[in-house]
Amino acid sequence: MNKLRLSSLYQLTVIRFFLILREPEAIFWIFVFPILLAVGLGIAFRNRPADVLPVGATTVQITQALAADKGLSATTLNEAAGTHALATGNILLLAIQNPNGVTYEFDDTNPDARIARMLVDRDIQAAAGQREAIHAQSQLVHETGSRYIDFVVPGLLGMNLMGSAMWGLGFAIVEARQKKLLKRLVASPMPRWQYLLSFILSRLVMLVIEVVAFLGFARLVFAVPFRGPLVQLAFLCVLTSLCFSALGLLVASRAKTMEAASGLMNLVMLPMWILSGVFFSASRFPAAIQPLVRALPLTAAIDAMRGNMLQGMSLAQLATPVAILAAWLVVAFAVSLRIFRWR
Amino acid sequence: MTETQTAPPPTPRPSQDQAARGPSLVLRGLRKTFADVVAVDGLDLEVSCGECFGLLGPNGAGKTTTIEICEGLTDPDAGQVQLLGLDWRNSASQLRQLTGVQLQETQFPDKLTVEETLRLFRSFFHRGIPVEESIRTAQLEEKRNARVGTLSGGQKQRLAMACALVGDPELLFLDEPTTGLDPQARRHLWDLVDALKQDGRTIILTTHYMEEAERLCDRVAIMDHGRIIALGTPQQLIASVGAEHIVEFAVSAQESAGPGSAPGPAHGFVDADLLLKIPGVQSHRVDAGLHQLSVSVLHTAVPRIFAALAAQHLHLSEFRTHSASLEDVFVGLTGRNLRDE
Repeated sequence: MNKLRLSSLYQLTVIRFFLILREPEAIFWIFVFPILLAVGLGIAFRNRPADVLPVGATTVQITQALAADKGLSATTLNEAAGTHALATGNILLLAIQNPNGVTYEFDDTNPDARIARMLVDRDIQAAAGQREAIHAQSQLVHETGSRYIDFVVPGLLGMNLMGSAMWGLGFAIVEARQKKLLKRLVASPMPRWQYLLSFILSRLVMLVIEVVAFLGFARLVFAVPFRGPLVQLAFLCVLTSLCFSALGLLVASRAKTMEAASGLMNLVMLPMWILSGVFFSASRFPAAIQPLVRALPLTAAIDAMRGNMLQGMSLAQLATPVAILAAWLVVAFAVSLRIFRWR
Repeated sequence: MTETQTAPPPTPRPSQDQAARGPSLVLRGLRKTFADVVAVDGLDLEVSCGECFGLLGPNGAGKTTTIEICEGLTDPDAGQVQLLGLDWRNSASQLRQLTGVQLQETQFPDKLTVEETLRLFRSFFHRGIPVEESIRTAQLEEKRNARVGTLSGGQKQRLAMACALVGDPELLFLDEPTTGLDPQARRHLWDLVDALKQDGRTIILTTHYMEEAERLCDRVAIMDHGRIIALGTPQQLIASVGAEHIVEFAVSAQESAGPGSAPGPAHGFVDADLLLKIPGVQSHRVDAGLHQLSVSVLHTAVPRIFAALAAQHLHLSEFRTHSASLEDVFVGLTGRNLRDE
């Protein structure tokens, strides 16, 4: 037998693989689930032709003025019926002819209603003889990179890296502690650093499979763009995975039971699922909590990945999120090594 | 696989001569307190090389704490521990290479095979026996490729033993190796320990089964409340009871308790003094209605015991004898049964 096979680091790492690959649920959550999620979201948010906005008008003249607009579908209604249709959401806007001109009834908190207001007003003004001050032309662009699926793929990637690193490390360690395997290992001459390093090594190999499978799928099926250097994207994935491995280690450093570990994991991950902009932009949260949102490792990871994939930004331009990830990695790793309980 | 095969032949141990010089284990004034419980209360012990030494006592006597201090898993509050002339503070990594450990209730990963588990543990040791040999020694050949989760309790325990053996240790610690096993699996494990003894290893084991200590150990320390209350070979300890045989009997209440007598246990009516006057009867005690006499010459004493009981108009409901055991030593020293706790 060669030296490598006899080395304890090799054995520890190989055994990690066996344990992961022999757990069918883990395979599902790591490899299949993110792809299913991407497919689901891809279907739900596929780009449709621009919506036709339903509006109402109290006179036939107005309705005719609006009929030429492809963005609107206009109906003639009397005022009472129109108000009712507006209240029940059947139309977005009611244009009421009165002696002084036209009154628009609509809900200004509804973006579609505001658009309807602009279109209706433009058409009525044009019908009344208003001319464009400047000639304007529209050129329609449906480009990859600006679709929802393009936005959500880096988010899902970040979320998946967080989940697999934290569960992979945290659960395995707490299970070993609960089953007294950890105690048995420290009673043997096993170098303790090798035990932890074996988790990192196996994680990195799994990471390659995981990321390539997911991004490959996103590329082939949705033609998601990769505008930044792939090497730098790979670096971001590794950094993200290491950062969450360190957090997983921190969560696992004391927990004695799987239940306690689960609770802690969810406590750590849940805020990030919500706040870190996996499914929508994190900048939608109020300015007051933005510093907190920005400081979360998952926000930094997803920002950096979107920057790389969608905007083609270089690592130098992504220095802030990279620094945030590195800081989490170092702090979490240092603290967990200090407080780690081997028995 | 059958559990009744005999133990495999011992492996030669090259390094045992050099270790034969001093004692394998020396404990001096060992003390350990958990919160307000004194687990180990001033323990002194010396185990010589090649000895199979047993720590016997009820649950909570401090056996596991003692052995875990010896294994370097627990730090004592006070006292000295020396293994093979080394101590944990200065030579921990060296000692880990020289000791084999089997802990209570270690669960190896269910999804690994026997061979993978042993290969892992073998990789931790600089020198040791081939994995194949450890599988053979533990008689797990047929289970080599079976997942740990599919093994029986006895097989899992043998795997734990094999993991303790792969480093070819000078000193082997076994913490309650047979607890929870059925009698057949237990005997199977005893055969395995026998084989290891013949290799000349020093073995230190804890148990609360007296027959296990009698069967396996060259010397035994009986522990209770964190102290050693008796120390010697099983034969010496049994001899200390003062008699080779134990007679146990019970008398039935219907015949002995008269009408209108106080509702008390029947043994209240046995005149112990009369029994103690019988030549060869050394002592008398009562435990839960069962009278125990330690007797040196059984064949002359028993007829007289019958006669004495008949003279007191007592009716025997139970009568049996057995050779004195470590259990009787423990009972004699503490007034309690080992298995009660």
